[in-house]
Amino acid sequence: MELTERHVEGLKELLYKMADDQLIIGHRNSEWTGLGPILEEDIAFSSMAQDKIGQSHALFELLNGLGENEPDIVAFTRNSNQFHNCQLVELPIGEYDFSLVRHFYFDHAEALRFEALMDSSFEPLSMIARKYKGEIKYHTLHADSWLKILAKGTEESFTRIQNNINEFFPHALGIFEQGDYEKELIEADIFIGEEALRTRWYEKISALLTSFGYSVPALDSATPIYGGRKGVHTPSLQPLLDEMTEVFSIDPTAEW
Amino acid sequence: MIFSKEHIQSELEKVMDPEIPTISVVDLGIVTEIEFIAPAGARIQLTPTFSGCPALKILETMVKEQLESAGYSPVDVKTSFETQWNTNMISEKGLAALHKHGLAPPPRFEGYLELDVLSDTACPLCGSRNTEMRSMFGPTLCRSLHYCKNCLNGFESFKPVD
Repeated sequence: MELTERHVEGLKELLYKMADDQLIIGHRNSEWTGLGPILEEDIAFSSMAQDKIGQSHALFELLNGLGENEPDIVAFTRNSNQFHNCQLVELPIGEYDFSLVRHFYFDHAEALRFEALMDSSFEPLSMIARKYKGEIKYHTLHADSWLKILAKGTEESFTRIQNNINEFFPHALGIFEQGDYEKELIEADIFIGEEALRTRWYEKISALLTSFGYSVPALDSATPIYGGRKGVHTPSLQPLLDEMTEVFSIDPTAEW
Repeated sequence: MIFSKEHIQSELEKVMDPEIPTISVVDLGIVTEIEFIAPAGARIQLTPTFSGCPALKILETMVKEQLESAGYSPVDVKTSFETQWNTNMISEKGLAALHKHGLAPPPRFEGYLELDVLSDTACPLCGSRNTEMRSMFGPTLCRSLHYCKNCLNGFESFKPVD
């Protein structure tokens, strides 16, 4: 079908939230570099950081093709209220248990989002989605392995993970905050929409958490934490951006 | 000098991966299009192995320089996601080249890739399958870490990706 201006705006909104999620979670993941509890985990989070930031770059390139500024400008010159990432990804890395649960919640949502986008009518996005699936598979496998191991570790390891599952479930639901163009994206077969994605995600994480032995928070008992998609963020985001853009800001015109 | 598509291909076989210098970009499977434009032009399309691979830009430059030094002009090198790379696109010669570099090559797969295969990786040093995966992430995005319980050595594998 012919894309109207509203379809293109919807596409941009979708690309911005995905690219910003990846850039910000990528930066947070990189904060484990040198600090991971064991060397392999240090390497795992550093590798996933590299994947996420590389993936966000390709999405920023697509936005550039739709008339937005160049990737570096978009990534490094906006303030926190211009970012469309969900609040879950901007929270500080905290203890390792929190980072693992966030990783589990976010990466399953991301994997399912790209899986759905493999059939997107917007061809450049479906090509990227087909590319990312093989990479993200390693991320979800990593998260699953650790949640499984820690469920059978000690009482403390189980409790810590379960507490994070409960506490950050409302943040995780914030991933699926609807945009202004859900209807347009769905009717043009660009994307299945946040509601459908949330259903797939909840089914997926419920099955996994149950199989590992954790209890699953009920959907109707939680109030999702929204705002991120509209530029409303926690005080944690701006300091992250200040650090991320520190070198770029010294000389934005420098050739690297 | 005879400029042709075949000649371009043979020149590209001399461009080695900067991180694994035993394998060429052709054998790695990342050259997805070669076009010869008479009299001496070349248009090349590459596809990234991993989206976040830092070697990507370097490879583009290396391909361009190789063809220019062979006399091609103009040379246009573009990276595109049009064809999505997977490890089945590595040639047989490429798998042997990875092994030569000390890496366990990725197994061939059909359809959906089950990552269980990672725990069944043959040790590139002694050939034993009595090995275990220690980490699915390694020193570069394309490698995982393993340990051989037969020869008691740690080794790296080039990860299968679908």
